[in-house]
Amino acid sequence: MPGLWRKIRKTGRVAEPAPARVPAEVPAAAAELAGSIQIRHVDAGSCNGCEVEIGSVFGPVYDGERYGVRLVASPRHADALLVTGPVTRNMEVALRRTFEAVSEPRLVVALGDCARGCGVFAGAYGVVGAVGDVVPVDVEVAGCPPEPTAIVAALRGLTGR
Amino acid sequence: MITPVQVAVQITVQIVLVVAGAPLLTGMMRQVRARLEGRAGAGVLQPWRDLRKLARKEPITPQGTGWVFRLAPLVAAATVLVVAAVVPLTGTTSPLAGVGDLFAVVALLALGSVALALGGLDTGTAFGGMGASREMTVLALVEPTILMSIFALSVRVGSTNLGAIVTRTAEDPLDVVSPVSLFAAAALAIVTIAETGRIPMDNPATHLELTMIHEAMVLEYAGPDLALIEWASAARLGVLLGLLASLFAPWGIAGVGAGLAAVALAALILVIKVAVLGALLAAGEVFMAKLRLFRVPELLAGSFLMALLAVSASFFLG
Repeated sequence: MPGLWRKIRKTGRVAEPAPARVPAEVPAAAAELAGSIQIRHVDAGSCNGCEVEIGSVFGPVYDGERYGVRLVASPRHADALLVTGPVTRNMEVALRRTFEAVSEPRLVVALGDCARGCGVFAGAYGVVGAVGDVVPVDVEVAGCPPEPTAIVAALRGLTGR
Repeated sequence: MITPVQVAVQITVQIVLVVAGAPLLTGMMRQVRARLEGRAGAGVLQPWRDLRKLARKEPITPQGTGWVFRLAPLVAAATVLVVAAVVPLTGTTSPLAGVGDLFAVVALLALGSVALALGGLDTGTAFGGMGASREMTVLALVEPTILMSIFALSVRVGSTNLGAIVTRTAEDPLDVVSPVSLFAAAALAIVTIAETGRIPMDNPATHLELTMIHEAMVLEYAGPDLALIEWASAARLGVLLGLLASLFAPWGIAGVGAGLAAVALAALILVIKVAVLGALLAAGEVFMAKLRLFRVPELLAGSFLMALLAVSASFFLG
């Protein structure tokens, strides 16, 4: 325990200074949420590349939580779904029902090239389509995988902070 | 001479402090954790932003749930509110002094837990039932410890009334360092952590359903119902920390017939004491991992042993 305490003292603050906010159009539903967004992450068939980046968004360096974003365990607690990957046949119903479980006002963020347009999996036999073909998408984040800064910028566009 | 106006002011101050301050306590604890983990943190006001947003959202009741599910958040919030009114946090006098009894307080808090467990069972989901069964297991192990600690504390006062116990300790500060008090304080501190679902008993920030206790019961709540539950669990933590501070460090608390200035001072001191306890708890959580579920009863048995030692000490040391 003294070792851990020394480590905490020595490391200090790891979080990078918050970059200037890019003024962007805030979806109407996000404006109602006023600086607090709870996110449920749904992996609809991702290769886990995007998940690694989401992991770093909520790690100490990028610290997504400081903008009022928090990952939660249940779609009932969530305001936004963060969907990664092309929607596979097995996940189509699950994604639709997860979306229905979120209470209004609700948002969907399609994260990564696969979620936006199936990416390299376009036309594969197990793929139903992009996220937009199954549930209405409000915000898209491009990249394969998108960089944490891009994800943070998109999430800040939702919380307005 | 004590006037009804003074009592009313004191009780109002206390309730307002708990209602407004509980989410701030949660925010402060998250901020302490964030800073120790090298993060910047969302700010102390974030829980209030979350509550405001949740209160505006659409309420959803899952298919197949009945009145138990809808009533549970109200019962949980109401019991905490009653407890906040009767426990001696800012002053030892209360218009509800007759109810300000340790047994009543513990039973009220247990009622809130049971209501939430029933709400979790009512959803009929696997995680709701699992969370409810775990919460009841923890509750069943916690109750005997609380009762034993109460016996130990009430023996020398001859009453289980919280106001009487706090008054006695405030008049005789050396009581705090007696073995009875120390054992009871240790036992009640562990019990407080278990009752409020903090690390190492339960992790309030977990995303893994299989490790959840409290969170698993409330997975199906949304919108205003969830806001009530989150407020109730924050307030429960605030009230229990305040009670610990009042029982084992009752300095600055307004006595019988205290003036308005004393009540204001008591409120300020209460805020400082609870903030210090909360910061200590949050800092301790950084150094600890959650206990495996099957190890939790061992820790609670340890706290029961300390409560038992407190009772024995009060018997042998008089």
